[in-house]
Amino acid sequence: MIRRTALAAVAAGALLASTACGGGFDDSADAGQQTGPASLQILIASSGQAETKAVQDAAADWASSSGNTATVTPAQDIAQQLGQAFAGDSAPDVFYVDAFRFADYAKVGALEPYGDKLSNPDDFYQSLRTPFTYDGKFYCAPKDFSTLALQINTDLWTKAGLSDGDVPTTWDQLTAVSQKIKSAGIVPLALGDTRDRIGAFMVQAGGWIISPDGKQATADTPENLQALQYVQSLLKQGLAQYPKQLDAGWSGEAFGKGKTAMTIEGNWIKGALQADYPNIKYTVHPLPAGPKAQGTLSFTQCWGISAKSRYKDQAIKFVEAMTTVDQQMTAAKAFGVMPSRQSASAQYIQLFPADKPFIDGAAYAHGPVNAPKMDSVLGDFDTGLQGLANGDPKALLARVQKNTESVLGQ
Amino acid sequence: MLFVAPVVLILGVFLLLPILMALWVSLTGWNGQGSPFTGDVPFVGTDNYTRLFTEDGLARQDFMTSIRNNLYFVLLVVPAQTALALALALVIDKRMLKGKVFFRTAFYFPSVTSSVAISVVFLFMFANSGAVNSLLGAFGIDGPQWFADSRGVVHVLLGAVGVDTAPAAHDSVGPFGLTWWDWLSGPSVAMCAIIALVIWTTSGTFMLMFLAALQNLPKQLDEASLIDGANRWQHLRYVTLPQLRPTFFLVLTLGLIGTWQVFDQIYVMSQGNPAKTTLTPAFLSYRTAFREFEYGSGAAISFVLFLIIVAMTLFQRWILRERRPS
Repeated sequence: MIRRTALAAVAAGALLASTACGGGFDDSADAGQQTGPASLQILIASSGQAETKAVQDAAADWASSSGNTATVTPAQDIAQQLGQAFAGDSAPDVFYVDAFRFADYAKVGALEPYGDKLSNPDDFYQSLRTPFTYDGKFYCAPKDFSTLALQINTDLWTKAGLSDGDVPTTWDQLTAVSQKIKSAGIVPLALGDTRDRIGAFMVQAGGWIISPDGKQATADTPENLQALQYVQSLLKQGLAQYPKQLDAGWSGEAFGKGKTAMTIEGNWIKGALQADYPNIKYTVHPLPAGPKAQGTLSFTQCWGISAKSRYKDQAIKFVEAMTTVDQQMTAAKAFGVMPSRQSASAQYIQLFPADKPFIDGAAYAHGPVNAPKMDSVLGDFDTGLQGLANGDPKALLARVQKNTESVLGQ
Repeated sequence: MLFVAPVVLILGVFLLLPILMALWVSLTGWNGQGSPFTGDVPFVGTDNYTRLFTEDGLARQDFMTSIRNNLYFVLLVVPAQTALALALALVIDKRMLKGKVFFRTAFYFPSVTSSVAISVVFLFMFANSGAVNSLLGAFGIDGPQWFADSRGVVHVLLGAVGVDTAPAAHDSVGPFGLTWWDWLSGPSVAMCAIIALVIWTTSGTFMLMFLAALQNLPKQLDEASLIDGANRWQHLRYVTLPQLRPTFFLVLTLGLIGTWQVFDQIYVMSQGNPAKTTLTPAFLSYRTAFREFEYGSGAAISFVLFLIIVAMTLFQRWILRERRPS
């Protein structure tokens, strides 16, 4: 009996001792800011070797000219690595934040709202500032961006008896040319089966999943219903097909293999086609306008700065150097991204004239959903969209509305 | 007392304490910023648990979907891997078999290979134009798009006899917010590919356990049964199998625990897709905590999972108990 009590005492002592050691967990509310030479930890979600090298070179240049040190680490899985780093209080000073994850980070206070401390913040496209604005504060500088546009396979286009003048600019025209292409025995349009493609139709109809300030659910509006019904009609008539139906991982693959005459993808398709299907001939055009307006979707990442960084001033200077027009042009040449500053657009179009529809899209593009905790709701929406051809758009939107309301209401 | 103290200390610090900490987190609304043990972290009581069971929302829907998926996974994997492991062990145990060492190594090989590497190989095999579909194609069968196919196999079979949507009686909402039609879907085609993978990789380990047990069985009993004129089947059924009861218990228990915790294959191969049909509680817990910063909810899911495993193990122990003749 005595033994057992003693044993329990040892166990309890061990627990107590380790809770005492748990002092490392304590929140030191505002870690003391350090001035002078900083050593910045930078975590990037790199698209490949070219990007990693470009960012490493740029960081090394900045470090040597400013007397700091900067270590750039490419992440394997940035969402997971950041999640663990925040929980363990060991977040990197600067890191990429994807627009669709941004609100999650901003809500929990992981990000430093520094956007307006940069020089000329209004130079960033408005459609890229909105996704990185939370509670009225512009948090972080968009690194670069992508938009969706319409790609047309030149050979299949002429084979279906269509000419340059037939490029669709409205939904009706899109339906009309698709029918023509289909009657020529060609699949008209490869369309990704997620909100990141079909959402563009919602924007064109004047709708979106949530209100611009990210506070209200606006999923079950007549505009969204109109958009989904239109997409459903395309799918039902066989005018649009999902990549899976075409035995492809994504629309670009189906398009590259020459299985479809048109697809809707972002500017990343340029590099992908060049690498995998160099012989395909295609042109790029703005997406057809919907009943309300022209619309497309933008995708972007920003340079997040940790709210717990000890080198915030230096980190802001680093981001400043990374978002100059010159540096953005260097990045554009190195790994094919589009600069997020409007003042760089003329230079960019001059260099890459074929990308004009993508750049122009920034004027009327809609960013990703900028509310926290929406990941599972949107994943659920995507599941619904996969079954859209035989589904009920109204019920689907009602479901999204209900789920969004319950998440935003928390 | 003094001699066990180091072990007690280590277990306390590395096992008991983290469990208690996780239990605390599951009762809070901690968002993953800084320490969960300060006054700033909101205490929410059992909200994280009730949301999984009683509130009609996405959290419960996802959780119940993951339970359904994992239930089918366990129901198929555990019996299949146990049977396969036993069969392999019986084959290798035959003293007549030539190249015993070769076969033992070959069967055990999948178990010692990294599950991530094997998962990637299976991804290629089950690709739309991969080895499996080519093989099926050779027999004139048009294989499914394995990892894109979210149809449950029960639904597929029903579809083959012309039942495509839920009969009216089954469309009603069943337990915990899923319809009966959803509960009874069976594992999806995508899940079946993962099930095949897991059966193949784990049966090697369990084969080794059966083999060790078989080689320990007393030879006298074998000989006695031969003298008594038992044929092979009777010998297996009435002499060998009853002696393997403890091994069965071990294999089934390990199998149950392992299958309820399936994570790495899901993470590598499907991330819960298509249409959430390969979502499992372990992966959901990870996703909820590290992707959505709902650490409380994620911890709650893992505790429910823990209770499920304990309950299943106790139930199985009760089934396999020694029945003494009264």
